[in-house]
Amino acid sequence: MSGIDFVTTRLETAIGWGRKFSLFHYPFITACCGMEYMSTACAHFDIDRFGAGLTRFSPRQADLLLVVGTITHKLAPVLKTVYDQMLEPKWVIAFGACTVSGGIYQNYAVVQGIDRIIPVDIYIPGCPPRPEMVLDGLLKLQDKIQHQKQDWRWARKP
Amino acid sequence: MGQETLIEAIRAKLGDAVERVADSFGDPVLILRPAAVRAAMAALREPPFDYAVLLDLTCVDFAASEGRFELVYHLFSLGRNVRLRLKASLAAADPAVETLVGLWKNAEWLEREVFDMFGVRFEGHPYLRRILTYEGFEGHALRKSYPWRLAQPRIPLKDDV
Amino acid sequence: MDPLMRIQREARPESMLLNMGPSHPAMHGTLRIVLELDGEKILNSECEIGYLHRGFEKTCENKTWFNLLIYTDRLNYVSPLINNLGYAMAMEKMLGVTAPERAQLIRVLMSELSRVSDHLTCLAAMAMENGAFTVFLYMMKAREFLWDVIEFTTGARMTTSYIRIGGVRADLHPGWQASLTTAVRETRKVLKDVSGLLDKNSIFIGRTRGVGAISKEDALSYGWTGPCLRSTGIPYDVRKASPYLIYDRLSFEVPVGELGDNYDRYIVRMREMEQSLRLLEQVAALIPDAAPLAGGPVIEPAEAIAGSRRQRTGGRIRLSPNLEGYEKERLAGLTALDKPAALGSPASLIAVPPKEDTYTTMEGLISHFLFFMGGKGIRPPKGDVYFSVEGGNGEVGFYIVSDGTDRPYRLHLRAPCFHIVSALEQLIKGRLIADVVPTFGSMNMIGGELDR
Repeated sequence: MSGIDFVTTRLETAIGWGRKFSLFHYPFITACCGMEYMSTACAHFDIDRFGAGLTRFSPRQADLLLVVGTITHKLAPVLKTVYDQMLEPKWVIAFGACTVSGGIYQNYAVVQGIDRIIPVDIYIPGCPPRPEMVLDGLLKLQDKIQHQKQDWRWARKP
Repeated sequence: MGQETLIEAIRAKLGDAVERVADSFGDPVLILRPAAVRAAMAALREPPFDYAVLLDLTCVDFAASEGRFELVYHLFSLGRNVRLRLKASLAAADPAVETLVGLWKNAEWLEREVFDMFGVRFEGHPYLRRILTYEGFEGHALRKSYPWRLAQPRIPLKDDV
Repeated sequence: MDPLMRIQREARPESMLLNMGPSHPAMHGTLRIVLELDGEKILNSECEIGYLHRGFEKTCENKTWFNLLIYTDRLNYVSPLINNLGYAMAMEKMLGVTAPERAQLIRVLMSELSRVSDHLTCLAAMAMENGAFTVFLYMMKAREFLWDVIEFTTGARMTTSYIRIGGVRADLHPGWQASLTTAVRETRKVLKDVSGLLDKNSIFIGRTRGVGAISKEDALSYGWTGPCLRSTGIPYDVRKASPYLIYDRLSFEVPVGELGDNYDRYIVRMREMEQSLRLLEQVAALIPDAAPLAGGPVIEPAEAIAGSRRQRTGGRIRLSPNLEGYEKERLAGLTALDKPAALGSPASLIAVPPKEDTYTTMEGLISHFLFFMGGKGIRPPKGDVYFSVEGGNGEVGFYIVSDGTDRPYRLHLRAPCFHIVSALEQLIKGRLIADVVPTFGSMNMIGGELDR
């Protein structure tokens, strides 16, 4: 049934295009990387020109969880709750070395990477990463979103 | 008042609360008897010494080498622009000292932090609860006997990543 | 430990308990405030901190004196060079070393740049949370200029590890005067704009005047220092009270407020930024131009290393003084390199030996290894020391206990915002939820410093 495949492929492209250029992010900011997040979001480096500028301060309204800064064991349940509250489709960016792997902290208090708690799509290393690196990571995420396949089983006749 | 005369005056006022006076890279340090800490601090807060600010309260763990915990207080007198360090040694088995809550308002949080990190009990503290670590954390993190990398996760972590 | 917090046990049954944080847009940094509410009015509150407790003090007990410098950057991460400075000066007090004059001038320059960035970030976030988004964008723009100066010199925008024990890592970048002048000029413009937007703005004044007021006695009892204490009227500034570096030679004022409310904290920070810009201009005039390096043929590094295998390298090796290596002649002005002691013995090592020596002579290589290897390196005498500097939030103190080995026995940070935030419960009692936002914003709570 190639007809339906043509339609679904076009639809996937359109859906991907729509989603990637209108990312509403929830900045879960804890530590030093927050300063670079502020720089990225502001006029000089401007995340808004990529469509991801709208900050939603509620997980129910966001589709991109930007985990910025060290996550400690004390904060881990909170992060999990926030992630669980987000609606599908959702993506997670691990911003900064502490979220990627615990960073320079390997001790009793710090989670060694948030991928031990929630699934992560893009990892941005750096301590803190330059705003250009953040934008690069965002573009890679947009690429990933564009090429995500949707589930069309409901449209095909059995 | 020069530094020496000030220390002499303090020693005279506090009497036998002071075990001895030491010098540390130019700063005077008073070693106190643990039982007399609160009374000594109250006296230092009043005129003529006027140490109005409790700058810091911390602890050093000498349990393994000398069998004691050493509490370190830093006081600051705004009028004289002079800082003072006071120490008190507590037995390692069950370190306890009287609280300074009531004399300075930041003593509450400072003492909670020392309790959390070292397990020192502050008698008379209204709300001695962990402040930097979380409920369910066992042990006292800054003690030398606590392993540096012993994590106590609150939620199950995926380790095969 | 009792699972119930005090506020849960003591709350009246008819009131509502609401959680603000730990992930909340207006809480810059993670902190949880549990509010007991009657409608919008706060009857009682309890602060829970520790969500960014990263084990700084325990980590420092396991790292060498040189290695732990990177952890000090991440304490007060909006003014990282000031924490570096506090640690370096505490160690210098213990080691009995003084940094050379040029290094001290550069340190003052970097401290004041950090201080202005700190205040800019604090006020920008505070204004944004009160609705003034433009102010946030303007101040971040100014901060970018300041960070440019820091980046061209130190290599990093934020967490630089530039101020080291004995001096600084490298010299100012060529053309620093131009970038500094631009930064100061742009910041002045931004401060003027922001002043015009907020100083007499009835909405801003309505939200901040009279809100979060604290008396002088309470502020001292809580151990407040820094701009928050100065907003109550007490002119205590560590730079004036116990001058360190060359602050006693510079002229600047210490602005004070009257009521100790949020508006006064805002005004004190604005005025302090202006004073810091004055200080920057004075220091920039005092730093002499680096003398041109003495003549003689210049050898390329690869050539020097190859030639050193057969004979000791004479002549000057061409390295950049600005972070790609040292020029030994410049180095004397930037770092107190070694105490008088035999070259190669641990007693002499304070800072990284110059690269010209490391790569071309045997003693230099040995010194390099002895500095960095675990078990060797910097060895301060036994004892304890306390040293404080004026940070963005107040008196940043380092209490260091050494037992003569290559690691600290205990390292404690006297965090200024720990004491400031301990007063939060008192400041918001009886007020509305909306008052928590400017009050908390004006306190400039930095998680890395609060929780260590």
